[in-house]
Amino acid sequence: MTIIESPATTATVELRSATGWIPVCPAADLEPGRGVAVLLPDGGQAALFRDRGGALYAIGNVDPFTGAGVLCHGLTGSAGGRAYVASPLLKQRFDLADGRCLDDDRAAVPVYPVRVV
Amino acid sequence: MAASPAENSASPASPAQTIVLVGHGMVGQRFLEALADRGVTGRARVVVLCEEPRPAYDRVHLTSYFTEGATPEDLSMVEDGFMAEHGIELHVGDPAVAVDREARTVTARSGLTVGYDTLVLATGSYPFVPPVPGKDAQGCFVYRTIEDLLAIEEYAGHSRTGAVVGGGLLGLEAAGALKGLGLDTHVVEFAPRLMPVQVDDGGGDALRRKIEGLGVTVHTGVGTREIVTGDDGRVAGMALSDDSRLAADLVVFSAGVRPRDELARACGLPVGERGGIVVDETCRTADPAVFAIGECAQAVDGRVYGLVAPGNEMAETAARTIAGDAGAFTGADLSTKLKLLGVDVASFGDAHGAADGSLDVVYSDSRSGVYRKLVVAADGTLLGGILVGDCESYGMLRPLTGTVPPVAPEHLVLPAGAGGGVSLGPASLPDDAVICSCHNVSKGAIRAAVTEHSCTSVPEVKKCTKAGTGCGSCVKVLGQLVDAELEANGVAVDKGLCGCFGQTRAELYEIVLTLRIASYRELLDRHGRESARGGEGCEICKPAVASILASLAPVVGASGHVLDGEQAALQDTNDHFLANMQRNGSYSIVPRVPGGEITPEKLIVLGEVARDFGLYTKITGGQRIDLFGARVEQLPLIWTRLVDAGFESGHAYGKALRTVKSCVGSTWCRYGVQDSVRMAIDLELRYRGLRSPHKLKSAVSGCARECAEAQSKDFGVIATANGWNLYVGGNGGATPRHADLLAKDLSDAELVRLIDRFLMYYIRTADRLERTSVWLERIPGGLDHVRDVVVHDSLGICAELEELMAAHVAGYRDEWAQTINDPERLRRFVSFVNAPDTPDPTVRFVEERDQIKPEPVFVSLTETVNA
Ligand code: SRM
Ligand SMILES: Cc1cc2nc3c(=O)[nH]c(=O)nc-3n(C[C@H](O)[C@H](O)[C@H](O)COP(=O)(O)OP(=O)(O)OC[C@H]3O[C@@H](n4cnc5c(N)ncnc54)[C@H](O)[C@@H]3O)c2cc1C
Ligand code: SF4
Ligand code: FES
Repeated sequence: MTIIESPATTATVELRSATGWIPVCPAADLEPGRGVAVLLPDGGQAALFRDRGGALYAIGNVDPFTGAGVLCHGLTGSAGGRAYVASPLLKQRFDLADGRCLDDDRAAVPVYPVRVV
Repeated sequence: MAASPAENSASPASPAQTIVLVGHGMVGQRFLEALADRGVTGRARVVVLCEEPRPAYDRVHLTSYFTEGATPEDLSMVEDGFMAEHGIELHVGDPAVAVDREARTVTARSGLTVGYDTLVLATGSYPFVPPVPGKDAQGCFVYRTIEDLLAIEEYAGHSRTGAVVGGGLLGLEAAGALKGLGLDTHVVEFAPRLMPVQVDDGGGDALRRKIEGLGVTVHTGVGTREIVTGDDGRVAGMALSDDSRLAADLVVFSAGVRPRDELARACGLPVGERGGIVVDETCRTADPAVFAIGECAQAVDGRVYGLVAPGNEMAETAARTIAGDAGAFTGADLSTKLKLLGVDVASFGDAHGAADGSLDVVYSDSRSGVYRKLVVAADGTLLGGILVGDCESYGMLRPLTGTVPPVAPEHLVLPAGAGGGVSLGPASLPDDAVICSCHNVSKGAIRAAVTEHSCTSVPEVKKCTKAGTGCGSCVKVLGQLVDAELEANGVAVDKGLCGCFGQTRAELYEIVLTLRIASYRELLDRHGRESARGGEGCEICKPAVASILASLAPVVGASGHVLDGEQAALQDTNDHFLANMQRNGSYSIVPRVPGGEITPEKLIVLGEVARDFGLYTKITGGQRIDLFGARVEQLPLIWTRLVDAGFESGHAYGKALRTVKSCVGSTWCRYGVQDSVRMAIDLELRYRGLRSPHKLKSAVSGCARECAEAQSKDFGVIATANGWNLYVGGNGGATPRHADLLAKDLSDAELVRLIDRFLMYYIRTADRLERTSVWLERIPGGLDHVRDVVVHDSLGICAELEELMAAHVAGYRDEWAQTINDPERLRRFVSFVNAPDTPDPTVRFVEERDQIKPEPVFVSLTETVNA
């Protein structure tokens, strides 16, 4: 098991949206490599991921290519040491750290700070 | 060669040029392709007069219509759009009737007259019918065209016995056709042995035994004196030269062919003594504006060739000459490799040992029907040979002809275990060795395709050189050669699955199976590329490995449920929610309806569930019902109702078995000969849930009318009076492919056993997202290889394949029933982790034709970037 196991069981993941930090879920609920969707106070949505090393990422959940809230359901991967998620609909990849689309320069999604408390 | 510039009025092609081709057979089409390759079609007007009612088709494989269920369309040799792309004017069903060489015009039967600068005759041959009494009676046929074949098929419908006059190559092809039609078949050959041209007495004996073993009666050393007719004027039998009689309802003459040189004769072009338009080494006739190629021509060596390979060479030569390039056809060797009635026969080089002082090395085993003879010179040079019953070594031996082979000839004829069976690698071949004789492609040319034209796979080399696209007998050696060449050149043929794994999917399968690896991470960290170990993996290898783990779950001890533990994070989104994601993020639900059979009660449940959840409802192309527009959190509720009513997952979301379609079959249909519905249900229940490299589809038809479209499926089954025929490798979709017949007249148990093996072998060796159709085309040896493995157990793995399938069948559990009963798994089915009861507001619908559909979304990428 990974080292973050024990703090994670009690700790909560928080995400900062326009209105400030919001609690999301227990860190232990996040499966490495599989995202969850977070409803934001303004009605928007974010996709929250944890990689196998324990690092957390949150980006906008709405896929800019289809307008559907699906990025949390994409498969994750890493290339050149950077983590990304591939949209489940048309498979474009988005960098989890900066939200840029790796397959089309014109597209990007917002990025949200995340922390464990 | 030295062209003849003075009289070279026909070349090079100038814009005003018109080239007229008379005859659109195999060689004619090859000529057009050669013109197109050299860019001539772009510069010149090309007009084709085609006598037959359809464009060129593969005469060589005519018999596959009867034996493998090929259709006239399958036999076509003209790629879709070829004529239009190259601006070629093709006049189908309009033969040339006259040539005026003075005026340089050709007149067709329709009255069409075309002026030409260059005329190319490719009129082929006609079957020779010996002048025996009764030869024109009703029930007498020849066998050369698709029309002949259709006529024979129709007449055979009310015949029981068929006789073929002639036991040569074409006669045995015709016998194969009659056998394929289910007739009692006889072959009558005047010479003392079958295939007198290609084989010697020893080979003829072996061939005869094999063919008689198949139930064809062979009469050699007797001639046909008369065709006997009944009172109705129809064929009733034959009177033979030994005074015996043979009863037959149908007779096919296959006693040789004669060149169709009538047009040439009529316009005064010289023809050979035994027919054939006389041409020089550039394939020009005595008139420099007229060429003749293929079976209608008498080549410069005085021979008229009745095989397609020399014809193709002549087509190339004529096209080169017309394009202004050098080319010559001085003669060809008559090497042939054939599969006649399923018996391999090959002869190559100086097969009869005609050269002075030549010696024979012979191996003959009449028990197994194998005969091999090599002809060698005193210094050990291989001159030629004859192989009957097993032609495995043909691909290597033919190119070695003219050289001293690296091992003694006895090792080349003896079976493995008796001091023979040495396998010669293609490395031992000289560069000028011809690998593909159909298209005259040398080893050097194949190497150049790899080194100079950057081909990195057999299909690419086939496309680039045409090697392997004729009779197919060279494909195995071609594959070995391409691999060896790629390796030798250090061309980094990265066959790796993705950036994370250097192995192919098939190699990973073997690793997982042999090392009993049960987790993706372990596989990645131990067997991934150095740079990928410890990383996240990627969206390509995760589902591929998840599929391997699922296929092998019972054996390697991984969890069988695709949503368990680590596996959950590997699955494609569709597998993750056991449903297919739609364009607006909603999901569809496809319950299994085995064989397409459904009770009214179950239909009502589907209707009620769809109504209660407001789902769009549609009958699919796979004989079941799809319910669209469910949100994630509704999936468990919907499935609870469906599971209660006895439904289970249809795996529409998985790379797994989809449907086994059925027709009503013998239970209801007046034509049905077997219970196709029951078989479809049995098969669907057996293979449900089986994870594979790509989706698997199947169908079962109750008779040859094929209402279930089984021949477009990965494995398709068609009922026969004696059981079931199994077809494999069919595909609809973007690149449709007709399935190939794998085995005939199987019992229920034999059918299931073969499908078990076939599927497991596919799962084991296919690439990721490779349908069976593509796999079958890709793997070296193709269908023959797969048949060897799954029918004849040539790799000795059938028992293992069957065990793996048995483990799958025993381990099957319905994924949805397991999911709705497991709170841990159910936790995932929410739109928002922090607001489980809130539906996703981006999933919106509007109405159309009384049902919902996703609200159209207009996305603008630039806006999102600026936002
Ligand atoms: C629902 C259905 C169309 C319909 O309204 O009838 C359908 C719908 C889809 N097809 Fe299909 N196919 C459907 C029958 C077919 C058929 C006809 C058949 O099976 O008899 C074919 C051609 C036959 C074949 O596959 O050989 C077919 C050839 C494809 C292909 C092309 C496959 C190929 O080898 O070229 C794809 C794309 C792929 O799989 O990569 C595809 C992919 C899809 C996907 C899964 C696309 C996707 O990834 O979202 C569609 C999603 C269905 C959903 O969301 O529920 N679908 N699709 C049919 C479902 C049948 C079923 O009951 O399971
Ligand atoms: C059953 C069978 C099996 C065979 N198996 C093999 C084999 O295994 N290996 C092998 O090498 N060869 C085999 N052959 C021989 C091979 O098919 C021929 O060598 C090849 O087809 C010759 O091509 P071609 O274009 O010269 O003639 P064809 O393919 O016969 O084409 C000539 C075309 O010209 C047309 N034509 C004739 N006159 C006119 C006119 N005046 N105007 C317009 N069109 C005209 C004809 O209708 C015909 O369509 C087989 C042949 C048959 C029938
Ligand atoms: S395939 Fe044959 S048995 Fe089945 S429905 Fe069609 S005609 Fe009837
Ligand atoms: S030898 Fe016939 S295809 Fe190559």
